Amino acid sequence: MSTNQNYIELFREKEKILEKASPSFMKEIRQDAMDHFSKTGIPGRKSELYKHTSLQKIFEPNYSIQLQPSKVDFKVEDIFTCDVPNLKTRLEIILNGFYLGKKPSLSRLDNGIIIGSLSEALRQYPDLVKEYLTKHAGTRSDGLVSLNTAFALDGLFIYVPKGQVMDDAVQVVHLAMTGLDTLLHYRNLFIMEDNASAKVIVCDHTLSPFRFLTNSVTEIYAGPGARLNYSRVQNEHLNSNLLTNLFIHQEKDSQVISNTITLHSGTVRNNTHVLLNAEDCDSQVYGLSLADRSQHIDNYVNIDHAKPNCTSTQLFKGILDEQSTGVFNGRILVRPDAQKTIAYQTNNNILMSDEAKMNTKPQLEIYADDVQCSHGATTGQLDENALFYMQSRGIPRKEARLLMLYAFAHEVIDKIEVAPLKNRINGLVDKRLRGELSRCNNCSMACRDTPLPI
Amino acid sequence: MANKKDEVIREVTQNEYKYGFFTDIETDTLPKGLNEDIIRLISAKKEEPEWLLEFRLKSFGQWKKMSMPHWAHLKIPGIDYQDIIYYSAPRQKASPESLDDIDPELRETFDKLGIPLDEQKHLTGVAVDAIMDSVSVKTTFSETLAELGIIFCSFSEAVKNHPDLVRKYLGSVVPYTDNYFAALNSAVFSDGSFCYIPRGVRCPMELSTYFRINAANTGQFERTLLVADDESYVSYLEGCTAPMRDENQLHAAVVEIVALEKAEVKYSTVQNWYPGNKEGKGGIFNFVTKRGICKGNDSKISWTQVETGSAITWKYPSCILKGHNSIGEFFSVAVTNNHQQADTGTKMIHIGRNTRSTIISKGISAGKSQNSYRGLVRILKNAKNARNFSQCDSLLLGNKCGAHTFPYIETDNSSAIVEHEATTSKISEDQIFYCNQRGIDTEKAIGLIVNGYAREVLNKLPMEFAVEAQKLLQISLEGSVG
Repeated sequence: MSTNQNYIELFREKEKILEKASPSFMKEIRQDAMDHFSKTGIPGRKSELYKHTSLQKIFEPNYSIQLQPSKVDFKVEDIFTCDVPNLKTRLEIILNGFYLGKKPSLSRLDNGIIIGSLSEALRQYPDLVKEYLTKHAGTRSDGLVSLNTAFALDGLFIYVPKGQVMDDAVQVVHLAMTGLDTLLHYRNLFIMEDNASAKVIVCDHTLSPFRFLTNSVTEIYAGPGARLNYSRVQNEHLNSNLLTNLFIHQEKDSQVISNTITLHSGTVRNNTHVLLNAEDCDSQVYGLSLADRSQHIDNYVNIDHAKPNCTSTQLFKGILDEQSTGVFNGRILVRPDAQKTIAYQTNNNILMSDEAKMNTKPQLEIYADDVQCSHGATTGQLDENALFYMQSRGIPRKEARLLMLYAFAHEVIDKIEVAPLKNRINGLVDKRLRGELSRCNNCSMACRDTPLPI
Repeated sequence: MANKKDEVIREVTQNEYKYGFFTDIETDTLPKGLNEDIIRLISAKKEEPEWLLEFRLKSFGQWKKMSMPHWAHLKIPGIDYQDIIYYSAPRQKASPESLDDIDPELRETFDKLGIPLDEQKHLTGVAVDAIMDSVSVKTTFSETLAELGIIFCSFSEAVKNHPDLVRKYLGSVVPYTDNYFAALNSAVFSDGSFCYIPRGVRCPMELSTYFRINAANTGQFERTLLVADDESYVSYLEGCTAPMRDENQLHAAVVEIVALEKAEVKYSTVQNWYPGNKEGKGGIFNFVTKRGICKGNDSKISWTQVETGSAITWKYPSCILKGHNSIGEFFSVAVTNNHQQADTGTKMIHIGRNTRSTIISKGISAGKSQNSYRGLVRILKNAKNARNFSQCDSLLLGNKCGAHTFPYIETDNSSAIVEHEATTSKISEDQIFYCNQRGIDTEKAIGLIVNGYAREVLNKLPMEFAVEAQKLLQISLEGSVG
């Protein structure tokens, strides 16, 4: 039986549980997504977009699926301390795809901001959620999104009404911790109304040494004049597979900055889809990936300039060591009437070993003439002359190498706007480059990536 | 001023195709359709040995198993392969001994195209193999070249006179299993040029093949095989035109180049097939597989192409850099106008140590055309110190055209340095203003800028071709710009 068939049957089997867990209008949406999935299935290697990342292999193992909140008989704080301590944030924890902690699970702040569990929001504010949920990711965009739409039950919901500013950054920590190999789905929905402003930090962690497959979808709607700063730190163990699908929908004068730092993980695929749906939008998408051993990091970015006068910037950097592989696939699409578009894209990679591998495909698809678009991609190694220069001034080669790698990574880190986070990431990257796994410093499991029998 | 400029662009992008005439000559034509019998007939007509017929039939078997590729950024209308004539030859004496044996109509045709078959008329010393529809009409200077041991003749002659060489290299670079159109070509190819440069010989003149589609409803399927033995050098040119017709005609060629130790091959193309009319009706489908292999160490293959014609172009001249220290180059100017579509680029496969490749691609789109660059740079594990530099720029003239870039960069080795950069823009108001301010009118200014933009590539063309290419660029885009 094929993997796709497995999920179709699983859906049939669990339909009742899924139905019970969310309002009735979700039933149709889930069914529609599953119908679509049964036609497309999990994208295969033949699919141009997944040419270098074999999803089939990731989905192959027999995972159990998490469809209800895990029972927690300990304090999460006891086993998990944040990579970014002393950060003044509003902390929200999503454990195995379900909102954890705080009662009530959905709070409405004085200024009208609503924040908390998505499944609770579905119950309390069905009309509000209905208006945005699946509208930007669609149920039909690709097999992974369909699968998420069919199975995801919870996640984080943020609603910032007109003109409101969220003072503290929201920190969303996604934890994976189960006693067996597990497939997790979660769905985040962030709605930013006109001129609203917020900062969100998302962290992905695995806390038990089992094999995880996380298939997540985050939908962001940025209304006219809205500002959102979205930073993501991915720090999982070698046996985890992380698939993220980020959909950003921007309206007039809005600005969304996304910054993804992949410190450590097994296989990561980050899909970022940006739709600039009105004039004068600004989109900035940054990414830094540090990979070694058998890690595989794949970043896909699609920026759709649908309207004139928008700007977009992409900067992705990768440092690949040992047998790791990296993929970058960035696409800028300028639609026929999107004149005066300015779109830049840069991808730089350093290969540290002969076994490491990098595949990059920076694409431009341009249907308007009055535009400035450029892309650049490089793959290479550290400059011997620069290393020699530093050595000749008494800096040991190892240190010189680190300095250069650090400088290379810094260009991306520098784009993070939350200062304490920036400092902390600086430290983490430094440690990561020195080969000290920062993840384990904070984790009480002390598993140190014991390899699992595969 | 913007209006004026738009007008100028409109004007200059609407020039007519001047090679669109048709020569009415008697032809020897096979019936329409594609099947084993037709392939046997083609083979019999050309009096081919058994092994070549087998090669054709094997290819045909393979082709039947394949389906039309759809990955390119092109809208290709359905092609009925049974509605094409696969063999059409101007009727003439079996092998023209002298010029007088060639049909005067034919000579006139090539004269009109600016390709005199009369050797005395040549000022510049370019040896030409002129191909009309399915057969080679005349190869000039072959005797002079033979003195140096250079073999330059039509493919059919080569099969008869040098079967060992042809058999050794045919399909060695582009196997018949390679892709849909290569398989089709391998099954039905009718003629083409064959060239062999012996060891240590530097070819004293430019070798050139001129392709002309003349008959209606025919497809042209030629095959070029170029072998440069150790320490040899050759510069090869290719040009092509076709009459104006309302229906689309298929051109599916294969070019194979083998460069042995320290050999250098320079292959230049000026492609000017009929591009179709302003409404996008008619024109040639140009689906070509071109590939060279730097087999020996220190060898070099350089592709230069100026693509102005064809309704649809699907073409990726590639280099396999197998020998250590070998060099691959690709210089391209692709111009699309009206409803033309082009998906073109290159592949550089680095296998040997210290291999280097350079890609310079300049796309110019006007009218309602779509122009894509698609390229692959692959550095394999053992290609230590491999180096690649790619630059693909696109220039947009008009707001209904598109320019796209699809580069694939696959690096499997930490000592390699790969760089890619691309820009897309239109001619800026500032540039035009600067020229205007200095007394250069807008039309001339656009011409200047487009020419300057393409110069980097045009400079790589051999003298004789550069002039023609520059003219072509003007015809395709610029009207009276000098």
